Amino acid sequence: MSEKIHKFIQNGMYILLDVNSGAVHVIDKMIYDIMDTFDGTNDDDVVLSLRDKYDEAELREALSELHELIKIKELFAPDIDVPPTFSDIGIVKSLCLMVAHDCNLRCKYCFADTGDFGGGRELMSAEVGERAIDYLIEHMGHRIHSEVDFFGGEPLMNMPVVRRITEHVRKREKETGKVFKLTLTTNGLMLNEENRKFFNDNNISLVLSLDGRKETHDRMRPDAGWHGTYDRVLPNFQKMVASRDGKNYYLRGTYTKYNLDFTDDVLSMADAGFDILSIEPVVAKDMPYAIGESDLPRIYEEYDRLVEAYLARHREGKGFFFFHFNMDLSNGPCVAKRLAGCGAGHEYMAVAANGDLYPCHQFVGRERYRLGSVFEGVTDDKWPEYFRHSHVLNKEKCRDCWARFFCSGGCHANADLFHDDIREPYEVGCAIQKKRLECALMVQAVLAMEKEQS
Amino acid sequence: MKHIKTVNKPNLQESVKKGGCGECQASCQSACKTSCTVGNQVCEK
Repeated sequence: MSEKIHKFIQNGMYILLDVNSGAVHVIDKMIYDIMDTFDGTNDDDVVLSLRDKYDEAELREALSELHELIKIKELFAPDIDVPPTFSDIGIVKSLCLMVAHDCNLRCKYCFADTGDFGGGRELMSAEVGERAIDYLIEHMGHRIHSEVDFFGGEPLMNMPVVRRITEHVRKREKETGKVFKLTLTTNGLMLNEENRKFFNDNNISLVLSLDGRKETHDRMRPDAGWHGTYDRVLPNFQKMVASRDGKNYYLRGTYTKYNLDFTDDVLSMADAGFDILSIEPVVAKDMPYAIGESDLPRIYEEYDRLVEAYLARHREGKGFFFFHFNMDLSNGPCVAKRLAGCGAGHEYMAVAANGDLYPCHQFVGRERYRLGSVFEGVTDDKWPEYFRHSHVLNKEKCRDCWARFFCSGGCHANADLFHDDIREPYEVGCAIQKKRLECALMVQAVLAMEKEQS
Repeated sequence: MKHIKTVNKPNLQESVKKGGCGECQASCQSACKTSCTVGNQVCEK
């Protein structure tokens, strides 16, 4: 049976989530205990089970509050099925351009095998890049907004082509009325005055890769000569962010088994002057730095610590934006979007340096998933359809999970990596995701209540 | 309410009937990009 509610305690706060409405209720211990038994119809059973612990009149009062929530559909809201707004066929809305299958770093956890995706080191040509933009425009239908990511490898290794593609995008925007949001992910080693100016002049969002503390970063992100890179990339990132008034960027890191005290890495990023942050668990199999099930209790503890640190900094007026705690509980995405998820393979695709299309950047090099190319289009129709319909309501392990409308089923590439099946989610990823969601719900509840009081 | 404080005005049920315009940002769910779990997004309408 699908879970209609989820109750949990996060940093001492009791929270009840109504899964099918998205209502978030901060509750007391009595309601928390009541929800072990209460199904909306059995008040007497609840009273019977708890009357030794609580006063009966108090219990009845609490139950009447729960009935009020049921009446306004904020408790036990009806199950959600695939809505008519979720069309059978996806429309491509964004592309990831792998402009360089090459990198000047040798990050030990790189999914792209240090940049070459298991193949040769290769740079995308301007012809392929421009054709990719035209392909996107031809396939984005009525949509106005679209996103293009410059990715790699390290995209700064192919800046002339990044510039050419950007020019092409701006030209095509004028011709078509479409609006493109451009993003580039970089390790920062080649960030200089010239490309800083280019990114600012062209309103290109940046994702900057830094793993936190110097020792954490240098251990996993050496250069091609196996030297640490922290002291070189940090000033480049600081200059970059200062040059755009601290806006339009993300500083993101990866944590591994080696730094399960990653709160210190997040705080190190904040102390270095950044305030738009993200840190993610590494995804790896059979490696010494990989995260396994036995690490989960420690990781949960660390997220509790991160919540405390996050709220403490916020209250001191030194708050930062942490991606996973950011959530708009009242204006989140529609159900259709929650089913579409990341859109890999149907709304989102990656373009390899040679123009081949894959469901996403992580699938590049996994040949059975090759979809076609920007020149010939999608030649293998089965994958877009399969990805489109691999949503939470069609996946056995997701269908009943309380987190189904928040995580949208997790990463297909990770599911494929661990289970050779995009419909079989990666369990450790799910466990961490759920913990992060509990933290986010709690943080947002605290912030909402503080705002109301002020 | 004495025992319950609802902190949001949820929109999930309502969005079953409308939505699907697709103007929202794509949302990578892996660890290599900033993994925008869908729940972290805002409706662009």
